[in-house]
Amino acid sequence: MINILIIILLSSIISVLFVSTKSKGIITVATVIVIASLSSFFSIKALFGESYQVVLSGTIMFGKVPVIIDSLSAWFILTINFTIVTGAMYGFNYMKKYREKKNEITLHCIAFLLVYFALLGISSVQNGFIFLLLWELMALSAFTLVIFEHEKPETIKAGLNYLIQSHFSIVFIMLGFIYVAFKTGSYGFDAIVSFSGNQSVLAGTVLFLCFFIGFAIKSGFVPFHTWLPYAHPAAPTHVSGIMSGVLIKIGIYGILRMLLLIRTDYTTIGYIILFISLFTGIYGVMLATIQHNLKKLLAYHSVENIGIIGIGIGLGCIGLGSSNKWMAILGFSGALLHTLNHSLFKSLLFYSAGNIYQAAHTLNVERLGGLIKKMPQTAVLFLVASIAICGLPPLNGFISEFLIYGGLYNWLYSANLISLIAIVFSIGGLVLIGGLALLCFTKAFSIVFLGNSREKHDDEIYETGFWQLFPMYLTVSLMILIGLFPSFFINALKRPVALYLQSAVFDQNIIKVGVVDSLQTISWLFFGLILFVLVIVGLRKLITRKKNIEIGSTWGCAYNNPTSKLQYTASSYVRSYSKLAKPLLDIEKNEVGIDEVFPAEKHYETDPYDKIERIFIDKPLKLINRITDPFLFLQNGRLQTYILYGIIFIASVIGLPLIIEKIISIFHFLNNL
Amino acid sequence: MLSIILILFTSIFFTGIIIRTKSIVSGRKGPVILQPVKDVVRLFKKGAIYSETTSIIFRIAPVIYFSTVFMACLVVPFGSYKGIVSFDGDFIFFAYILALGKFFSIISAMDTGSSFEGMGASREALFSMFAEPAFFILIGSFALFTGNTSFHNIFSTLHLGSSITYMLGGLAAFVLLMISMIENSRMPVDDPKTHLELTMIHEVMILDNSGFDLGLILSTGYLKFAMYGAIIADFFIGGLFLIWAIPLFLMIQVLYAIMIGLIESFMARFRMNHNPQFILTLSSVSFLIFLGVLLVLDKFV
Repeated sequence: MINILIIILLSSIISVLFVSTKSKGIITVATVIVIASLSSFFSIKALFGESYQVVLSGTIMFGKVPVIIDSLSAWFILTINFTIVTGAMYGFNYMKKYREKKNEITLHCIAFLLVYFALLGISSVQNGFIFLLLWELMALSAFTLVIFEHEKPETIKAGLNYLIQSHFSIVFIMLGFIYVAFKTGSYGFDAIVSFSGNQSVLAGTVLFLCFFIGFAIKSGFVPFHTWLPYAHPAAPTHVSGIMSGVLIKIGIYGILRMLLLIRTDYTTIGYIILFISLFTGIYGVMLATIQHNLKKLLAYHSVENIGIIGIGIGLGCIGLGSSNKWMAILGFSGALLHTLNHSLFKSLLFYSAGNIYQAAHTLNVERLGGLIKKMPQTAVLFLVASIAICGLPPLNGFISEFLIYGGLYNWLYSANLISLIAIVFSIGGLVLIGGLALLCFTKAFSIVFLGNSREKHDDEIYETGFWQLFPMYLTVSLMILIGLFPSFFINALKRPVALYLQSAVFDQNIIKVGVVDSLQTISWLFFGLILFVLVIVGLRKLITRKKNIEIGSTWGCAYNNPTSKLQYTASSYVRSYSKLAKPLLDIEKNEVGIDEVFPAEKHYETDPYDKIERIFIDKPLKLINRITDPFLFLQNGRLQTYILYGIIFIASVIGLPLIIEKIISIFHFLNNL
Repeated sequence: MLSIILILFTSIFFTGIIIRTKSIVSGRKGPVILQPVKDVVRLFKKGAIYSETTSIIFRIAPVIYFSTVFMACLVVPFGSYKGIVSFDGDFIFFAYILALGKFFSIISAMDTGSSFEGMGASREALFSMFAEPAFFILIGSFALFTGNTSFHNIFSTLHLGSSITYMLGGLAAFVLLMISMIENSRMPVDDPKTHLELTMIHEVMILDNSGFDLGLILSTGYLKFAMYGAIIADFFIGGLFLIWAIPLFLMIQVLYAIMIGLIESFMARFRMNHNPQFILTLSSVSFLIFLGVLLVLDKFV
């Protein structure tokens, strides 16, 4: 299977080089669909008990390379496949506007295929060395995808920021693998199991934390999230969708995989993950609320949702540590389901943002408005995704958050004082995240789509074409399916979750009781809600059939000539919030007020910035700059000098040992005298 | 089944009692108890006027708002009798389905493109966000106390142990009373009878609704009151027989309505920027209940 996969991949990469721009896209989409159906076939089999396993011979340097699709890999591969396929389809239509950039498109298509290949590889390969190679491949090709519009300086800047930070991530993961390989002599994942089994708890925890930091940078846990809000807005829309939907999830996969491998004190790890995740969730949504750039807002929401997934994982770990089976099941299944859910609604939101960008040429929400009348389908899709991301019923977001809440309330029964306090704060935090998400998405939706347009746009705004909307409809239908038939998806989750419980005998009824059982009732209630809404709508039709319906202007307190400038803006909508949260946020204000008798033009501008970025990235950078600035003269841009540096370097590499040897021999000589 | 019938029944006269109480306290005779229902019926019969700015959202939102509150009522039990449905974690469903309604009422206010309604929407979103943790921690404490995670099981096992639970029930009633005041946009957070748009929350959000939609929104408000009243009553009628429970339930509902009337008569609305503080205080009271439960359960070791 792997051979076929690689042959398909290579042949399409080669053919992409030689065909017309349109065919490049077609080839890419076709390849993605073929590979996706192939890998989905094996994954679905794995998810229902028959895992795929093959051992490649490898080389003497890194040993055998087992490629295993077990149920955990299968879940992630399926998640990846869905978003990549919709992303490729959306991207094909989205990129039509950029057809004249021939070379960039070629590179883009190749990088797209490589990212996909790397993602599949990472989630199935079980050898540290190959894992790292694929990880690097993913980082580089994702970088290539991000800098598609490389002529814009901020895109290059965002891309480089991403590239550097993903290499920090690689450093930490590499440290972990090399440490294990150094101790055991093997890069295989089974070496990690045997190694951590023999070590003290502390060593295991440190090893896990090493991996965790590496993966956390990739998935965007606070304070490692700072690359995310730059990379997502800079990338083309389908790439942002894929990055936010699956690329950051591969970090989650890494964390979950390491939890399976490393045998250590799960309770401590669980508390650490829980704490970081809570912080991540709250901080992410706090910053998301004050953003004006739609894509940046969505990027911060990815941070928030990673936090929610992390809360699930943390709960699962604590459940494992305290052998509270229910808590572990609820935590892990909540986290896994939310991974899928988030990849769905977030990619959908990004695709909608892409439609808006192509129609209105801006993503600044303050300049949009009233789009629902011109782009009704995009508006409804965005609305559905917003409801889902807020975790509101009857959509998929509610299901996964419900599971996580279930885990938290389940924890109550076996808790002592410390864990009780953790529970209260977790529940409070999760609720606060939900509330802020509601504030944020009511803002985003209503400012962008409702009311009147706030600015004249150069071109007439039209709804996006059907084929660009088609992948979005695919996504939304899966979301609705998860919302209305959660039991099916929970059933599919029982094997991945059972991996953690290490129950040799697979318990058929594992998922049949308790809070999970409520999901059946909940899906009935959802149907009830939909039915009830329809009934009331029908009633209203019936009653108001013969009534007089007038169209007038909005109530303006007797002022009949309102302009669109009088509408509530995004900043004014969240003003009371940002005033409250001011001590925690970092908002630059630039104000020219009215202070004279004949005032000049008034001007007010706010620019939200990330406080953690200021502390963790900007300050250290400034420090490093202060140290390195005196050596700036070395970088003078003259080729001759650089050659000179090279010569000096080579000379010193060869010369220094010789000189040192000579000095030593002189000392010897002197000693012998 | 019993609970939904009783909630619907109470909602008919609930707001009437509030208005009557306020009139009597201020020395007027006041309208008949059923006046609010008559208003709604009158509104149902009227035509409507829609702003040209609005879209489909504005027309569908009142329906969804009403439906969500109705669905929320379905999980509210009556003492030891189940609601229409009861399952583990139903209070999470309860809170989230109400939030869905709020989501729609907020975006419908924003749909008008008005300079006033955004103000109300913004405040509503913020305040209800702050009120939410109080509810979750409150129910969490009782979940811990009784070892159950559904409304029905919590209420039916609450009073089996000792009578100290009535004290906790009292505190819980206070928190729920305040939450219901926030959710229904009443004093001291919001003043439903104010006449300046700048100082409104809920009222300003529905400025542009008329006819059937307005009637639906008003009746949602009545239903919401009765629903919270039912939950408050549930804290006390847990272990009782029907013959005692139903009169007690009605009595608590009436008392609750009178209490709201009295609060509205004697309290002024807070300054808007003091509201978050007040609402956060509720979370700390909930936390206090939580600590109380810990004390009772001897978890302080």
